[in-house]
Amino acid sequence: MTIQFNDETFRDDYSFHNSEWAIKRFPFPFHEDSYMYSVNMEQHRGGPDGSVFEKRFDVDEHYVSEMKDRALVLADDPLRCQSLPHMTLAGWDLLELIMVSKSEDYPDLFELHRDGNAWRWINKPLGIDHSFTFLDEATLPYGPMEYITRQAQGDFAVLDQRDDNLWMDAGMVTTQADWSLDFDIGMNFFEWHAPVPLAHEKGIFVRALKFLLNIQQGSPARRLNWTMTVNPLLDTSPENYHKWGIQKTTLTPENIGAKQHLRVELQTFFRLPRSNALVFPIRCYLCSFQDLMTVPKWGRRLHRVIRDLPDELATYKGFIDNRPLMLDYLSKFDDGLPTSPGIWPDLDVEPALQK
Amino acid sequence: MSKFTFPKSITSRPVYGTLEPREGSAHLMIADAEGAEAILDVATPEMMAKAHIIYIPKGEDFEDRLRALKPASFYAGPSYAAAQPRLHKFLADAKMGLQVYLAGTEGLIGQAQSAAMAAGIPHTAIQTEHRGSVARRMQCVHCKGITEDVETDPFVCSHCGLNLFVRDHYSRRLAAYQAVCIDAEDPGNVPEPKGIYE
Repeated sequence: MTIQFNDETFRDDYSFHNSEWAIKRFPFPFHEDSYMYSVNMEQHRGGPDGSVFEKRFDVDEHYVSEMKDRALVLADDPLRCQSLPHMTLAGWDLLELIMVSKSEDYPDLFELHRDGNAWRWINKPLGIDHSFTFLDEATLPYGPMEYITRQAQGDFAVLDQRDDNLWMDAGMVTTQADWSLDFDIGMNFFEWHAPVPLAHEKGIFVRALKFLLNIQQGSPARRLNWTMTVNPLLDTSPENYHKWGIQKTTLTPENIGAKQHLRVELQTFFRLPRSNALVFPIRCYLCSFQDLMTVPKWGRRLHRVIRDLPDELATYKGFIDNRPLMLDYLSKFDDGLPTSPGIWPDLDVEPALQK
Repeated sequence: MSKFTFPKSITSRPVYGTLEPREGSAHLMIADAEGAEAILDVATPEMMAKAHIIYIPKGEDFEDRLRALKPASFYAGPSYAAAQPRLHKFLADAKMGLQVYLAGTEGLIGQAQSAAMAAGIPHTAIQTEHRGSVARRMQCVHCKGITEDVETDPFVCSHCGLNLFVRDHYSRRLAAYQAVCIDAEDPGNVPEPKGIYE
């Protein structure tokens, strides 16, 4: 299929919107009517046709506008993209992974022609046709990681593996759920996750690290994570929190359906061949409450999850103050009927709202 | 009383030990203020014959007692920044087998540790002991400016003037804790500052 790319913004007038296609394929993160941390890792080997899991790097209608937003963020704050000196080879690995994957998965949008180290990369949505020499930085306008991640949706953390740990030694981070690459760069897996409540005590990070250290080339993994964002703002960075934090106070019963967004991260993990680094793409999907409510199962379930979430998690995810307003809204879409297991919308089998 | 027991905290927060004498080809000892007491506690005549002390008094009166240990070299300077060129020269000239002892405030320990590791000193050859002030070296996540010796929470960024709260999240690379705007969601609503551990 050919994707119609939206012309939209993730700031100022917030013209971001999801088509009906995008709503139906939204990666709703709750597979049951409650939520608690878990390692919830699975193989990233495709998924149902048209789903966000189908391709290695999902491209959707927001691609072109997201890349414009990334360029704006980087112009304001170049520290959002950093790579420690030993990570350049991993950057080339990542460039290769993305170019190969996208050209194979979306041949109508991307082309990669290779003759030894003489490569030609064609990115039709962004109007790029660039010949360069693989592994020769002088032939690219940016370092290899920055070059390719200016053309790929989602944040990217590139993790060095040594001493039985993972080290956040490079990244492109402009659509993050409130963490700072500039602060966290150089930290190990436990250090950069230090501020997360409850999960350490549950042994989540010890088990997750064990799993990640063993990811093999050609066998990527994935999981979903989520939080809440008022307005479809991609750049919810701590750097700019003093500017966007105030937006969290603008919710009213009238505007919450349009303004409050469920923010879902599709996190994937790929072993890189030359550097043995691990790349951790964190792809952000946004969907307004009112669009989510068009799927009756999701309406019922979101109400129950948000209602029963422990206070620590609602605080950590930054919506404890808005939770009462959210529940007033969401309860209108919960008629108490049971929901089918799994994350899929199940529009054909789940009954319409009975109230 | 120069020793303080820090409350249990998150995994990025540094923990400090107690200096102990080790075998080494040379001993580099860096301390500020009451950190001098940790050096006085660990010093032995054998160690001092190969010891180089860099000390930032910060108004404390330990200089004469440290000199009396008769280290191989002794330097007292007005600030860590002033001591940095000497420290970097020393680390650049360092030989295998150097042992590093850091004592005093978290800001001093963190910065000197970062310098030593950047110079290739293995972390196993670096010991730390906290003494004295529990003030923190804070990085404003918004403007990136560092405010030294922060004693209260919240505090005002010495660079951009935002009201910031003190997190336990710590970067060894920056040798600083993270500080984040406290009144972003309610401008002007800034709680009365309290001591960090009150």
